[in-house]
Order: sequence, then structure tokens, then C-alpha cells
Amino acid sequence: MRPHLFVGRAEAPIAFVETVAGGVRLKSLDREALRAGLEPGLTLADARARVPGLETYQHDPHADHEWLERLADGCQRYTPSVALDAPDGLILDIAGCVHEFEGERRLAADLEERLARRGLLVRHAFGDTPDTARALARFAGAPAPDERRAVKRLPVAALGLDDDATAALSRAGLKTVGDVMARPLSVIAARFGEDAAMMIRRLDGSVKGPIVPRQTVARIGVERRFAEPIARTDYALEILSELATEAGIQLAERHEGGRRWEARLFRADGLVQRLRIETGQPTRDVAVLMQLFRERIDSLADPLDPGFGYDLIRLDIALAERLDATQLKLEGGQKGDGQDRDGQNRNVAQLVDQLGTRLGRARVRRFAARDSHIPEQAELMLPAADAAAVSARPAPWAAPESGEPPLRPIYLFDPPHPIESMMAEVPDGPPHRFRWRRTVHDVAHSEGPERIAGEWWRRQDIPTRDYYRVEDRRGRRFWIFRHGLYSEVETPRWYLHGVFA
Amino acid sequence: MNDSTALIARLKRIATTGLPSQRDGRAVEAWMTEGMAKAQLHEIFASVDDSASAAGFAVATTLAARAVPLLWLRTEASERQGGRLHANGLVEMGLDVSSLVLALVDDEASLLRTAADAARCQGLGTLVIESWGRAASIDLTATRRLMLAAETSGVTILSLRIDAAPVPSAAATRWQVTSCRSQPLDADAPGKPAFDIELLRRRGGQAGLRWRVEWNRDAYDFEQALPQPDTETGIDTAPLYGAGIPMVADRAAADDAPPSVRRTG
Repeated sequence: MRPHLFVGRAEAPIAFVETVAGGVRLKSLDREALRAGLEPGLTLADARARVPGLETYQHDPHADHEWLERLADGCQRYTPSVALDAPDGLILDIAGCVHEFEGERRLAADLEERLARRGLLVRHAFGDTPDTARALARFAGAPAPDERRAVKRLPVAALGLDDDATAALSRAGLKTVGDVMARPLSVIAARFGEDAAMMIRRLDGSVKGPIVPRQTVARIGVERRFAEPIARTDYALEILSELATEAGIQLAERHEGGRRWEARLFRADGLVQRLRIETGQPTRDVAVLMQLFRERIDSLADPLDPGFGYDLIRLDIALAERLDATQLKLEGGQKGDGQDRDGQNRNVAQLVDQLGTRLGRARVRRFAARDSHIPEQAELMLPAADAAAVSARPAPWAAPESGEPPLRPIYLFDPPHPIESMMAEVPDGPPHRFRWRRTVHDVAHSEGPERIAGEWWRRQDIPTRDYYRVEDRRGRRFWIFRHGLYSEVETPRWYLHGVFA
Repeated sequence: MNDSTALIARLKRIATTGLPSQRDGRAVEAWMTEGMAKAQLHEIFASVDDSASAAGFAVATTLAARAVPLLWLRTEASERQGGRLHANGLVEMGLDVSSLVLALVDDEASLLRTAADAARCQGLGTLVIESWGRAASIDLTATRRLMLAAETSGVTILSLRIDAAPVPSAAATRWQVTSCRSQPLDADAPGKPAFDIELLRRRGGQAGLRWRVEWNRDAYDFEQALPQPDTETGIDTAPLYGAGIPMVADRAAADDAPPSVRRTG
């Protein structure tokens, strides 16, 4: 989160410093600081002596990367495919995206202006391939009439080889990329490795390096641009519901419903606010969606702040599934809106979505059985919104035997609570008295042991557990176990694993 | 035999006298056989040690009323303090866990807010709200709101109040649940879940009734619990019982045996 460092500041030079062995050294500098004669690697003390007014900040690559990602998101207003070129570059694939700006130069000017407002100095270059564009933007060569010749006039450093190789090339008298290109590729490959040869082929355009865009393109996206930024959240939500209606029409044409929706509110100053919602069932119902969006806004840590206003609102459907049109009932109304079983299930699914949006997806759960004899691993808690995942596991819950009391506790402690066994009468019996939560329980009835061995095919040294169902004199029923047989462990410990109803 | 039937009839009469319930005209024992009245808010109080019994009682009444799907709301704190809900244990109580949704919330405020939303969902059968400690925000206003929502949507709301003292509320009934000695099986094994339940308060009806019941999973029904003499003192702690509703005549006699802390040495 670094924008605050650059906006509306005085002209004092800035340096980012990092603490390395031997002291605090400069890591990177702004233009002012470079002009003042500082260079990266200098110790902070020396730099201060030379430029007393130097502002310093801790070097934080993670924050830088995060900011770069946010800038990349902001650049999605120009093209859907934006790739990061860490640590400080962005690659935009603008093929076919320039018509709105009447040319790539205007697009670049618009982008530079927006970033300049954030206090960023930007250098851009166009290229036929991502690699030429990157090389041209990062390294200044002599002016040239066209792209091919501009590439050839770049310094050899533009090849992106390590320092030794670059120095070796210079020593061999090859100063520019053009000089290197003039040599046979096999010679370069033999001397500097395959990477160098590949880089040359990429720069001369014979091989295209792929770019990995930050996000895949959403299947359906609708957006609204505003000549004047809108500064009211209510109005933004209204627009959002209009967009949801439009997206719903597109979905209905494909007989699909959205499962994951993402609304992005682009602020005029470049920030993007995202609202993601997810539904358990595919839906096109605008009312339901808007309710979920409101839930999401309510649950945001810092409220939605329009700032100077939004100038673009976009709604994407990240995941859509088949959803056929619902039939109308004879007596009016939609089928399954009321008391029948379908309607009930739909109501619950909607509630699950609503709660999942507010509390977080993973905190609204359903149980699924798991094939394990270890009690605490015999069940899975899956997000209830993941209806498919839950129903994909046909429930092989062990059916309780009729006439038997419950053999598993209703509450399970994970990890089990250690208890103090006060009297174990016989080696293979439960304690007659034990202390749990500072209370002493006298065992009146007990059953066991139910012996549950560790997963010996994974690890050999897991002690066996001997479980007992015990009831104390006051009628409380517990599930306790001895961790380890007497033959395995010298003094096995006792644990309370759960409580019965 | 005749004597006992007469006794039972008399006891039932005693139990059902008093003002008829405003919303629920059933006999008192119907609470046990048919579950809690639907579309109402009921409170279940229990101490920390009896939290599992209260949860079990809530599950059992849900099953007796056949009011699924069930949404269970808990706070993260109660998950830590009381242990997590164990699906296998719920299956053993007779619940089909595919009809259970568990939601964990941060705190009490979030619990109430979530509960208010869930109470309006017509698809739900039962909503269980589990709170630990005093939970001051579950007051008259909050319970009235829940009650109104329940009456509109038809959801039965069970408010589990663990480690809390009763405060004025708009709930239809208020129960106190404690665990009770089960009828041992062969080889001295602990038996079916047994509860000592007391109807502390009932809107427009007689309160202060007390039953000892066992949960029969196979029949989806509560049964009377046979008295279990305390093995130490030999005193029968449930002095009076009948075929339909076992009732305790003298409540003081049925209180828990004093905790055995002093005997630990």
C-alpha cells in the first residue's frame, strides 16, 4: 500500500532502504535522488551526508507487488489481458482494444495521465511481441525509425542475461542487440547458453513469448461507463442491479445461471473495489443477487467508499452452470416458490448463500462422511454452498443399531482434553474416578473398551486408543480413552474425547 | 393395575389444569411425544456440565416434531468451549445429518442477527441458537423479535442457553435440562440418553412440571425413565412415576446428589 508515499508530496528526494549485513543500504531511488548523485547500494549514512533532505522508507517488496497487482487490476479498463512484469512493469495486450481511444497512442496517454495522478512516473513502449515491448520500455536505445531497428539499437543489457554474460558480450565488442543478432545463433548459444539464443529469437520476432494474463476472461461481463463519476453508493447499486438484469438476460439465452459473480467498481482515482458473491445454486434472480451484494457490502471491513466517484462499473460472471427456465404453476406463481419440497430446499439454499456471504463461505457447513475409523477424522465439514461437493459423497454414515444407545458423543473435543485418572482398578478397565475441568466424576456405569488402533499403515508408533463410555453418578455420560496399551506405553494417559447427550 | 391407571389419570388431570395455552391447546405430555409447539420460540437452559444433554434434548425434540431441516447457529467461542458438533453422534441420536446446516458466527451480536435472518426462512424446520454465558443481548426485545419471525415463517426456534440465568423473555416455554442416570444395559453399560427436564415457565399454562425421560431413537419418541437408585445411598431419586408421564412429586428429593468433590481426598 504505497500510493500515499507519492501523492501530493514535496520535491524532496526519496530512497527505499533495506537492512543488509553491514548496515542500512539504499535499495532503490527516485529520480530526484538519482539526480542528486546517489546510487543504490550506498550506505544510508553516506547518502545522508551527501543529501541531508533525503526521505527514506523501508524497502517492502511485498507491498510493492501488491500495489503492482492493484495497478494491473486498474488497467483492466483497457484490456482484459494484463500481465505483471515484476517487480515494476505491466504488460498489456491491447490488440483489438484501442478503438475506444482512437489509437494506441491516446490509450497510452490516458494510462500515463491516470498513473501520473497517482504520483507514478511511467515509461511505455509498444511492440509486436511482449518481449520487444518490454525491452523497448525498459532500455533506452538510440532513436530509430521503426521497431526492428529500435530493437537492434538497444544495449546488450536488454537481453536480460546475467551480469557476467553481459560483461562478456561487451568485452567481445558487442555493444548493442543488433551486434549480437548479426552473429550466428549457434555461436551465441554455445558461448552464452540456450537462454541467450532464445532471447535473441524472441527479440527479433521469430519466436513469440507467451504472456500470462492475471485473470482469465470472464464468460459474461456487462459494464457501464459514466461520463461523470457517480459518487453515491445507492445509485451505484441501482446500476449494479440493472447490470445484473442484463447479465441475467444473456444467461437466460444460454440456459445458464451464474454461480460466482464479481462486481468491480472502478474509482475515478484508479482504485478498484471488488464485491464477490457466490451462490449454491445457479441463479438469474436479480432480487436474490442484490440481496447478496448488500450482504457483502455490509460485511466489508472498511465500508464502500466512493471517494471521488466511480466512472466504471463492471459485473462479471466467473462461473455459470446450466439452469433451465422454471415452469409456471397453473394457479399462478413460479413452480416451487412455496410449501412443496423443492421450494423448501430452495429457501434453505438461499439462506445458506446469504449466511455464507456474510459469515464467510467456510463457516456455513454441512457434514459429509469420510472413510476413516479414527473418530475425529471420520467426518468432513464442507461449505454448505458447495452443494455438489456434499452430495458427491453419498453418505455412508454407519446406521445405528436398533436398541443400542448412542455409541458416539454429540460433542467432540478436538484435541481431546487430558483428564486425571484417579483410580484405575484393573489394567484394562476405565478409571473409577477422574477429574475433568476441576470436577471429580465418580464412574457409576461403564462400557468398553472399544479399541481403535492408529493408522499403522501410515506411521508405526501411533498408540492404540481404548475407548470407554462411562456415566458418572450424576448421570453425565462421557467418552474417555486411554492413549496407548500398557504394553505399548509405560504410563498411558487418559483423555476425554467427547460428551454424550 | 386399576389403581395405577387411576393414579395416572389423576396426575394427568393435575398436570393439565390451569389456564389453557394461548397458542397450543395440546395436553402437557404432548410436549414430549410430539415435540415443541411449532412456529414458536422455546428456551432450553442448562449448566455447563449439562450442555451436551441440552443439545441432545434439542435434537430429540426436533426429531420428535419431525421439524427438519435444522440450522444450528453457534459462536466460535462455544465451539472452543463446548467441543464441536460430532456428526456421528448426531446420527446415533437419529438425525439425518444431510438435513443439518451448521453456521459459526463471531460473536453474540452476529449470532442474533444471523438468527433473525434464519428465523424468516420458510424452508427451515428448526433453528437452534446456541449461546454460552450470560448473553445479555438475548433479552425481551430480541426474543420477541424472534418469536414474531417464527410465527410468520413457521420455524420452530430452540434457544439453547448454556450457563445462563433465566431473564424475562417472550419465549413460549422455558425448560431446564439436566442429565440424569440412565437405565444401565447388560454388563453395567450406560443406557439410552436420559434427561431430567423441568418446565420452568409456560406462556398461559401451568409450569413447574418435571419429567424424567429417555430418548428412544428407534421410535423417535421420548419414554419415561425408570428410576435409578443411587448406588451409594440406595435412595430412589425419582420417587413417583406413572405409565404416561413420570412426575416427581417432591422436587427437593429429586435434586442432584451433592457433588462428590469432598470425597476426592
